[in-house]
Amino acid sequence: MTDLLNVQNLTVRFEVKRGGAFGKKAHLYAVDDVSFTVKAGETLAIVGESGSGKTTAALAVAQLQGAYAGKVELDGQDILKVEGEDLRQVRQKVQFIFQDPYSSLNPRKRAEAIVREPLDSLSGKPAAEKDEIVAGLFEAVGLRREQMRLFPHQFSGGQRQRIGIARALATQPELIICDEPVSALDVAVQAQILNLLRKLQKDFGLTYLFISHDLGVVQHMSDSIAVMYMGRVVEHASRMDLFGNPRHPYTQALLSAVPTVDRAKRAAQKRILIPGDPPDPVNLPKGCRFANRCPQAQDKCRQDEPALVDGGQGHRVACHFS
Amino acid sequence: MEPLLTVENLRIELTTRDGVAPVIDDLSLSLNAGETLSFVGESGCGKSMTALALMGLLPEKVGRVASGKILFDGEDLTQATPRRLREIRGNEISMIFQEPMTSLNPVFSVGEQIAEAIRAHQNLSRTAAWDKAVELLDAVRIPNPKGRAVDYPFQMSGGQRQRAMIAMALACEPKLLIADEPTTALDVTVQAQIFDLLTDLQKQSGAAIILITHDMGAVAEMARDVIVMYAGRKAEYGPVDAIIEHPRHPYTQGLISCVPHIVSDMSEERPDLVEVPGIVPSLKDFGRDQCLFASRCAHRTDECLAGRPPEKHFGASQIADCWHAEAL
Repeated sequence: MTDLLNVQNLTVRFEVKRGGAFGKKAHLYAVDDVSFTVKAGETLAIVGESGSGKTTAALAVAQLQGAYAGKVELDGQDILKVEGEDLRQVRQKVQFIFQDPYSSLNPRKRAEAIVREPLDSLSGKPAAEKDEIVAGLFEAVGLRREQMRLFPHQFSGGQRQRIGIARALATQPELIICDEPVSALDVAVQAQILNLLRKLQKDFGLTYLFISHDLGVVQHMSDSIAVMYMGRVVEHASRMDLFGNPRHPYTQALLSAVPTVDRAKRAAQKRILIPGDPPDPVNLPKGCRFANRCPQAQDKCRQDEPALVDGGQGHRVACHFS
Repeated sequence: MEPLLTVENLRIELTTRDGVAPVIDDLSLSLNAGETLSFVGESGCGKSMTALALMGLLPEKVGRVASGKILFDGEDLTQATPRRLREIRGNEISMIFQEPMTSLNPVFSVGEQIAEAIRAHQNLSRTAAWDKAVELLDAVRIPNPKGRAVDYPFQMSGGQRQRAMIAMALACEPKLLIADEPTTALDVTVQAQIFDLLTDLQKQSGAAIILITHDMGAVAEMARDVIVMYAGRKAEYGPVDAIIEHPRHPYTQGLISCVPHIVSDMSEERPDLVEVPGIVPSLKDFGRDQCLFASRCAHRTDECLAGRPPEKHFGASQIADCWHAEAL
């Protein structure tokens, strides 16, 4: 299958001031030279801990955050360069589902107006057709038509996330970026939303960029996975490869840290503890960014930064010793 | 051995606009020193209310213990005076709160906050309390504890703040430690560090731990016994291993299977997750004489709507409150 999304050497940096208002200016590279691809109709999950840059990378792909360097190709078109009317066209193809359904819906608008908004601002469809689309979307995400007139506060968390999903579907996008779509929801409601997302993917042939820190959810949802640490992709592999044979020490630690109810797995695995905290993102150390916490680090790791190299069958790892 | 904590038929009522609702309805449990008991359930099921009741911190004028006993070390806490409760809180029973970001005071250094807890209960001088605070920060594995004790909460990472909270909770070597979702705001690798730390500290001090969570994985890892709460009532109570092996209540089954867990025998096939349809009932429906889970349950019969399900016992100590528990 062809790649729908091809991200090459994406870099996003922020200016930070150190030491008060007159302090020295420095740059924080939230996303640093990141490359990944997503095949049409599949799901790529980006996992990583808070501060690893996964959300920033997603925002840059959606053009909600300016990129400093790199390329984001959608269907072969570099979308970082487009402006004006062309950008509006691109925005129809890329939509976003946000993390917190409580703060990402306008409390003063009715549900139908929220879902209709992308249609109003991005497409020139006649009003009658828009009404029809909105009604169809409510059905598709499992809400009743009577609920179209209600305000966000009259819905439960799971229902609100359904409205957010309907809104993302309104312009018939090709790529939907899901930024932690279930982490704000109760466990039982999570399952409802995850099942819905998978059903919609099948029905509409959607491609997902799925941001999450929950590896259980990622294992369930994704076809391939990119693991991020401190702004870099450290491992990028298919689902079976990554969970079956994690090669980067950080991925191994991450997987071993997840508590599990599977008794056989608990008995078999030893938890790899990674002590300490990540380094200061403004003053990154020389060499591998994970070296100060890595159980396998050697002198070479503190000198040279490893590149993301393909170790066969598309399983890419950034580690000198994998 | 006498259990450290025994709760008998506890009923807690909250006064709401719609009348009086039992947020905890006929809850009994017992916990020995050195053991860990876990509460699981969705939000709004009464997990945190139980914790607050044990601490004597129910919201004033709104919440009250309507009946039942909380026996801690032989003393009934429901009858204790506020003064006595103040002596116990932070000293013999202490609590780790959910959000390390908001439950520390931003205008005092962490060292001062830990020392305050020590000085409130022990007759120590300022400098001695400060030294002890530094020791505690070291015990919770904060690097350079002497230098970090003067740091304010905003200067610490989420994991460090939670460790500072744990240090504070441990300041007076409590017999019972209540951890209310101690790791929900944290990353998995940090969560692993915190769980590891709690287990080690428990081994050293012999404290009993009550762990409140919604993650069955965390329960399996940390606790010996578990109480599954639903709408203020216990759905199932017993040893963790037995319950995960064979859950007898449909809600427990739902909680375990609705979450995608990382499994050892992963396959290309991914069946849909088991859904528990609907949401937790609102407070005004609590306390009805029927099974409160019935509206979301696939095994519902007329019986479930006719009366509150009885306790059914399985094996040595597994109890499920469900009309159909034998068949499940």
